[in-house]
Amino acid sequence: MAFRKSVVAIVAALAAIPALAAEPLKVGMVLPMSGPFAAYGKQIENGARLYLKQNNDTLAGRKVELIIKDDTGVAPEISKRAAQELVVKDKVDILAGFGLTPSAFAAAPVSKEAKKPMIVMNAAASAVTTKSDYILRVSHTLPQITAPVAEWAAKNKIRKVYTLVADYGPGQDAEAQFKKTFTAAGGEIVGEVRTPVKNPDFAPFLQKIKDVKPDAVFLFVPPGEQTVAFMKGFAERDLAKAGIRVIATGDLTEEDILDAVGDNALGIVNSLQYSEVHDSPENKAYVQAYYKAYPKDRPNYMSVSGYDGMQLIAKTLEKTGGDASGDKFVAAAKGMSWVSPRGKIAIDAQTRDIVQTIYIRKVEKVAGKLQNVEFDKIADLRDPGKQ
Amino acid sequence: MQATLALDLAPIARADRWRPAELAFWLIPVAAYFIFPENLVLLTQIAITALFCLSLDLILGYAGIVSLGHAAFFGLGAYAAGLLAAHGYGDPLIGLAVAAVVTAVLGYVTSFLVLRGADLTRLMVTLGVSMMLYEIANKLTDITGGVDGLQGMEVLPVLGQFEFDLYGKTAYWYAVAVLFVLFWVARKLVHSPFGLSLKGIRLNVGRMPALGAPVNGRLSTVYTIGAAYAGIAGALLAQTTQFVALDVLAFNRSAELLLILVLGGSGSLYGALLGTIVFMSAHHLLSDLNPQYWQFWLGALLVVIVLFARDGVMGGLRGVQRRLDAAFGRTK
Repeated sequence: MAFRKSVVAIVAALAAIPALAAEPLKVGMVLPMSGPFAAYGKQIENGARLYLKQNNDTLAGRKVELIIKDDTGVAPEISKRAAQELVVKDKVDILAGFGLTPSAFAAAPVSKEAKKPMIVMNAAASAVTTKSDYILRVSHTLPQITAPVAEWAAKNKIRKVYTLVADYGPGQDAEAQFKKTFTAAGGEIVGEVRTPVKNPDFAPFLQKIKDVKPDAVFLFVPPGEQTVAFMKGFAERDLAKAGIRVIATGDLTEEDILDAVGDNALGIVNSLQYSEVHDSPENKAYVQAYYKAYPKDRPNYMSVSGYDGMQLIAKTLEKTGGDASGDKFVAAAKGMSWVSPRGKIAIDAQTRDIVQTIYIRKVEKVAGKLQNVEFDKIADLRDPGKQ
Repeated sequence: MQATLALDLAPIARADRWRPAELAFWLIPVAAYFIFPENLVLLTQIAITALFCLSLDLILGYAGIVSLGHAAFFGLGAYAAGLLAAHGYGDPLIGLAVAAVVTAVLGYVTSFLVLRGADLTRLMVTLGVSMMLYEIANKLTDITGGVDGLQGMEVLPVLGQFEFDLYGKTAYWYAVAVLFVLFWVARKLVHSPFGLSLKGIRLNVGRMPALGAPVNGRLSTVYTIGAAYAGIAGALLAQTTQFVALDVLAFNRSAELLLILVLGGSGSLYGALLGTIVFMSAHHLLSDLNPQYWQFWLGALLVVIVLFARDGVMGGLRGVQRRLDAAFGRTK
């Protein structure tokens, strides 16, 4: 064991020789590690650490030091404080993370002023990347994962859709994007309702939907409990038997919460960039490595964002020769493309936002486990919110 | 007549005099600036929360009005200053003034609702008001930005001179200066006959009318002042963060504030400041040590302090002083 360790150390040391003079690269991550969104932080950290571990904590010849700060979820002043301290006190080269849109918005001025690259790994409002010229996004935007399922529905004999969204910013955005894409493709919205963000009772809404009898319901609620409650009611009231389908954005059925939703999730058609059962050698390797490193968790799209964020840093540093200064880094990262566990992805040279394939999936049982099985896709999709 | 009046006011004047310990306390922010130059954003937010806590101390510690919705004023002030700055009126001091006026109006109006009931009713009313504001801010997406937060704030330099910088130096001195001035005013206030009448109301509300003190008028005045203080604190946070999100109005901000005040010790002004310093420093240190499970240790710390120091940190300090006095044979 000791022998093996020393071999690893020697190999790592040899690999690092060209950059011996280089300072360690400090990456500061601002993530929700406690509170209601702690799962976001955990998954993103898992992914990021997995990539670092696979590369002996060395990216492009520079040793990487990861510093993680908890911003507790939606608390923009803490996110901003964390970002500022990472820059001023810890002297990080790169900011990363950002679980929710307000955190990214609050930290953007820090990246702008300090000229530090800021890699967004989940915050999904379309406008995030416009807030600083140093922001790069490796996750997704809300319109990007909403438009495909609308397009798919219109093409697949779903003519009449009833929309049910939670009454808050992301819900309203999802509703607007769905309506826009779906009606443009010839579909019809036969009813729409906005439910309270906290503890809604879905029973009356479900009854109404059953009476209207649309072809499908477009669902957007905060992922987790509410999906569980909605799908339970949906099953109990026999809406599925009445021929009504559920379509949604894929974050509602992502791997981390899918088991909690349970069998009621079966049959939900949704769109997202990553599925645990995505069929590619990269993903097989990723899933295997993930389970080995974190046997208690399931790999989801957020973990892949963390993983790809580190991959983006590695590839960009290789291009700049280890230089992580803001302008050079961002210039090199623009237009960068690589193969992620989710498939081929790229950074848009104009908007610094992600370009990726969005898959249409259906929740099915695979080897006794609920999974999002991909059956259709919209390739190389830019953020529709910026057009 | 003149002579007897002066005699009556002597204890008040004595209480109003600044003690050496207090002067020493106010050296802390100056020292902190030099000792922790890299933590200025945290220190700024401590100053802001201290001001917010001070406003709760005025209404709870002195007048005995319990509130579980004090964030309503904090948030309203933050949105007032934020919206001003987002629409081209970015002067910070004007922002503070407007926030103070707007929240004072809300405070005055809601004070009549608050005065209607006893403690439990007050908890409900204050909670209700803050929840309503939260929901309004959530719905008015076009104005407030809803869940995504208010964007596009451009805050001008303080007094046209000092620009807000990355290191947070300007923000720090700005927040500390505002805190000091408002603390000084609050101190004058609680040591005035008005402040004493508030104490009287808290201790025995039945007797105060007999002394000729208009109970409801006094309470509504102090509630309005407390609201304005909270509004200014909110405005400070908005200006120094240059961003406002819905969480300024959230319930847990009110609840946490109450916790901080209890931790520090209510009814002494300094308790509010000390409580904030202890709570936020502990929060910061613990969450840096352990990003996942820091809340456990924070909870443990709170329980220990409350168990062993009656009346919070302030009570603990008083106990220490009493013991020292006894040991050195000094008498009060």
